[in-house]
This record gives sequence, structure tokens and C-alpha cells, in this order.
Amino acid sequence: MTETIIIAEMNGGVVAPATAELVTAALALGGAPVLVVPCTDGASADAAGFAGVSRVIAAKSPVFSSYDAAAWAEAIDGIAPAGHVVALASSRSKDLAARLAARRGLPVVQDVVSIDGGQLTSPILSGKAMQTVAVDGAAVVTVRANVMAPAAAADADVSVVDASGDLKTAVLEVVARASARLDVAEANIIVSGGRGMGEPGNFRHLEALADTIGAAVGASRAAVDTWDEIPHSMQVGQTGKTVNPNLYIAVGISGAIQHLAGMRSSKYIVAINKDADAPIFKHADYGIVATWEEALPVLSDALAGMMS
Amino acid sequence: MPNIVVLVKQVPDTNAPVSISGGAVDFSGMKMVMSPYDEFALEAALRHKEAAGGEVTAVTLGGAGADKILKDAKAIGADHIVRLDHDGWADSNAVQGALAAAIRDLGAEVVYCGKSAADTGAGSTGPGLAEHLGWASASNVLALDFGADVTATVPAEGGDARLSVSLPAVFSCDKGDLKVRKPNVKGIMQAKKATVDVRAAQVGASSVRVVSCALPPAKPEGKTFHGGAAAADVARLLREEANVL
Ligand SMILES: Cc1cc2nc3c(=O)[nH]c(=O)nc-3n(C[C@H](O)[C@H](O)[C@H](O)COP(=O)(O)OP(=O)(O)OC[C@H]3O[C@@H](n4cnc5c(N)ncnc54)[C@H](O)[C@@H]3O)c2cc1C
Repeated sequence: MTETIIIAEMNGGVVAPATAELVTAALALGGAPVLVVPCTDGASADAAGFAGVSRVIAAKSPVFSSYDAAAWAEAIDGIAPAGHVVALASSRSKDLAARLAARRGLPVVQDVVSIDGGQLTSPILSGKAMQTVAVDGAAVVTVRANVMAPAAAADADVSVVDASGDLKTAVLEVVARASARLDVAEANIIVSGGRGMGEPGNFRHLEALADTIGAAVGASRAAVDTWDEIPHSMQVGQTGKTVNPNLYIAVGISGAIQHLAGMRSSKYIVAINKDADAPIFKHADYGIVATWEEALPVLSDALAGMMS
Repeated sequence: MPNIVVLVKQVPDTNAPVSISGGAVDFSGMKMVMSPYDEFALEAALRHKEAAGGEVTAVTLGGAGADKILKDAKAIGADHIVRLDHDGWADSNAVQGALAAAIRDLGAEVVYCGKSAADTGAGSTGPGLAEHLGWASASNVLALDFGADVTATVPAEGGDARLSVSLPAVFSCDKGDLKVRKPNVKGIMQAKKATVDVRAAQVGASSVRVVSCALPPAKPEGKTFHGGAAAADVARLLREEANVL
């Protein structure tokens, strides 16, 4: 039987929970799922078994200590069997997927949100349309987080294999971000503020709420462009980050098409805006027509009560 | 002095509403523009030239309609504009193969492109092209320093990594700290007179084909509340109805 390779999503040397969703995607593509765990220490793969996965390969190499597209693709190519390859549609794994696909002479299909009998569907035009493609032969496929049900954990039959690749870039230094906050691209819950926050100092109210519910803080482009204190790394949208959290809370954000482009696929959207006609309300599951000065303290208190 | 290529792509204006007809996106009447991240790639290419000399060639793969964005690139400062003539669908492998062949022909040592195109959003071209060429790559580039090697700042776990990248290399550019320049009158005049160097594209077979396009499924109508006090109801619904907290 052919095999389907799953590249485990790694976060700080640990297999990230979203990997369980990739198993479901691999099963939908067909072929026996083989999980490849890129790691510097084979022990990283110890608890990486999932129901349906036939075997786990800990691909052990010093190149996996920091990301280098060329070396990672080479190292994984060297130890993974042939077949479809599935990875998470995170920005790093999309990059790796494109490299690996080119290396194997396979096409890559990115940002897949559904797999149905060999047909793959992804959002295009910033989510304003969905495109379904059919693949002839094997492909490298990246799957958006939070769209597939996670596979259950199970015992793993792990083999540790040495992998190697040539680094083409060298890390000079890693500059820690000014804030120790979660990055919007990695968060399951995001609280975002727009120009309606009035001044950058008011983002502390969003930060307080974010701390209560374990969220990252995002921003609209108007906020980023207007205030130096709000870095571009927080920007969600067409020219910022594309996010796909379970919950997105937009505060003082009008909902311009370019902002929607980055967050419209969020599972649940809450909007707080004083203008009942703001376009964001058309996309909100729960809309609150009020100023943030009125609504945010109530929301924060209610959530703090619930979470404690 | 480096021979610099910047890849640009024509895409529908991100403000344009999308309609579907006969299972395909209806592009007629949609305003077409240079993909927004490509503007940052062009800016990076021009800065590289200013720092190290050389020339900047803007390259696109597309039909005659894409000449417009090449002229836009010329107006902003590209020295040469090349279109690899191709209309219609090609998968990632076919696109990257055609671009790789053209970049070899041009003798380029460094390629800049946007981190993703506004139409597909895929972000495959930069890293895939680098692999086809056997080059280094850095993606989601936020800042660049030009020396013998190029230093690229990219997001990494725990912060932003400064990477030393030896050429030849492909850089896929994010918005980062680059402010893009606008065309000046002289540039616009030169662009009007410029001719596009049209070349045959070596596009191989695609093993991915588009079956259909559709509008995204409509979301069920949301609930709207008035007044700040209702935020307490929303908090409750997030737990009891949406199950997200
Ligand atoms: C090529 C291109 C790319 C772009 N990329 C992006 C992108 O990546 N991300 C992005 O976000 N935008 C992007 N934009 C910009 C986008 O078009 C909008 O200008 C931007 O999203 C607006 O941000 P905003 O909603 O914060 O501001 P505004 O549109 O000014 O909206 C502010 C909102 O706050 C509300 N408000 C005011 N005071 C209060 C209060 N006290 N309480 C509650 N609500 C209040 C107002 O009713 C209003 O709806 C892009 C534009 C272009 C042309």
C-alpha cells in the first residue's frame, strides 16, 4: 500500500497539537499515514502516536534546531518514503512544503480546507472564493488549522533515523520580540483593535482581556499605520497575517475587505463597534453595537468570572 | 555587481468583489493590479541595486494584459521588463519550472518576490523556485541589509531571526519596514516608451487541474446586540453556544 507522509508541526521542539488534524487529512487523502517528526532529539517523537498512523519516524538532525528551508527539505526528502505529503498551513510549513514539493518534482496545494475523494478545496482571492482542484498522482498538501477533526492519541512505534541536509543560511541572532505575547499567527483566540481604539495606550484594555482568555492581540492596518507603538507584526489582513483562530474579537475595526481577507475564516467572530452599519457586523457571529469603552469592561468582567 | 530579478504578478484588485460564472471566477471587469507584496519585493530589489550596483529586471509570467504591471514596475525604477508569455492555468511545479528556466537565461544571482500572491495566497513560488535553482531562500522577509552576503530579518520561533544568506538566493518579501517609493514623472514617461521583452515561457505539464470555483459558503446570520451591557450575554454564548471558551 502506498504511504502518505505527515510532517509533524513542531513548536519549540515539541510536536504541536495541530498535528492530530493532519492525521485526519492524511487519512482523507488515502495511503497509510507515516508521521515524520523533524527533531534534534529522537525523544521528541515519543508521545507522537495517533490513531490511524502506521509508523512514526523521528527524523533526527542538528539542522532542525532552527529553520532553513533548503536543509529541512533535503533532510526530510532523504528519509521520507514516496507518496502524498501533508503539512500544516503555517507560514513556516507552507514554505517547507513548497521546497519539498519542488525537490520531489511534485505540485504543492496550499491552505486546503476540505478533502473529498481526491479533490482539494482551498480559499483563493483572500477567501472571497473557494477553488477545488484534482491532483493526478502524488502532491504535497498543506492543511489549514482548525478545519479537520483531530485524530485521537495512540501508542507509537517510533524509529529514530539520522537525517542530514546542507544549511544555506546562517542565523546571526534571534532578536526577541518587544512583547512576550503570543503571536497572532500562532493563537487560537485573537483580540484585535482598530483605529476605533482612539489611541495606542488603549490597547492595554485589549491586552488585559487577552491575558484573561489566553489570546494574542492583533490590530488593523489603520492602527499599525497610525501608531508607532503598534508594530506591523500585529497586523491582520491582506498585507498582514492571515489567521484562522477559533475566536476572533474585533474591537473598533470597521471590517474593510483587506482586513476581512486575513480573518474571515475564523470559526467565531465577535465584533464591538459603535457604528451599527460597520461592515464587520455582516461577518460577526456575535455583534455588539456599542463603544468599546462601554462594552469591553463588561466583556472582560464576564469572561474573567467564567474563566476563574 | 548583482544581476537582480524581481518577480511580479498581476492579480485582481483586492477591493474588487468576486463573482462566479459557470464554476469559474469571472475576471471580466475586474481591475488588475500588481500583487501588493510584489511592491515590497520591487522596493527591496531597487534598494539592493542602490547598495551594490547592478540592474533590476522585472519578470512576470502571464498574458499580454500583464504588460501593464511591468510598465508600472518600470515607472517605479526597474531597468528591464520581461514577460514570459503564457495564458491559463499552470500548477506550482510548471510555474516554478518556467521561472527557473528564465532566471537561468537572464543570468540572475538574486531574485525577489512577494511572500504570496494576492490571488492564490499560496506563497509557494519563492521557496519552490529556489529549490528548482538549487539556491538559498528566505521567506516572509521583514528587513534586508546588503553586504557581500545579504542579511535578511525573518520571523522565527521566539522572535525575529537575522539570517546571513549567501547569493545566489531567492527572497520572498513581507511588508516589514519597507516603505515603497512611488513612480516619479520621469519614470512614468520612460515606462510609456518602454517595450516589454516578450519571451516564450517553458511551461511544463501540470498534474493539478482546477475542477471548479465557488463562492464561500454563506455564514449563518449572526446575532446582534445593542449596548455595552449585552457583552455579558455574548460572553455566556461564547461558552454555551459556540463552545470556544
Ligand atoms: C492594498 C491594501 C492592503 C491593505 N491591507 C490591510 C491589512 O492587511 N489589514 C487591515 O486591517 N487593513 C488593510 N488595509 C486597509 C483597509 O482598507 C482599512 O483601511 C483598514 O482595515 C481600516 O482599519 P480600521 O477598521 O481600524 O479603521 P477604520 O476603518 O477607521 O474603522 C474604525 C472603526 O472603529 C469604530 N469606532 C470608532 N470609535 C469607536 C469606539 N469608541 N468604540 C467602538 N468602535 C469605534 C468606527 O465605527 C469604525 O468602524 C489595506 C488597504 C489596501 C489598499
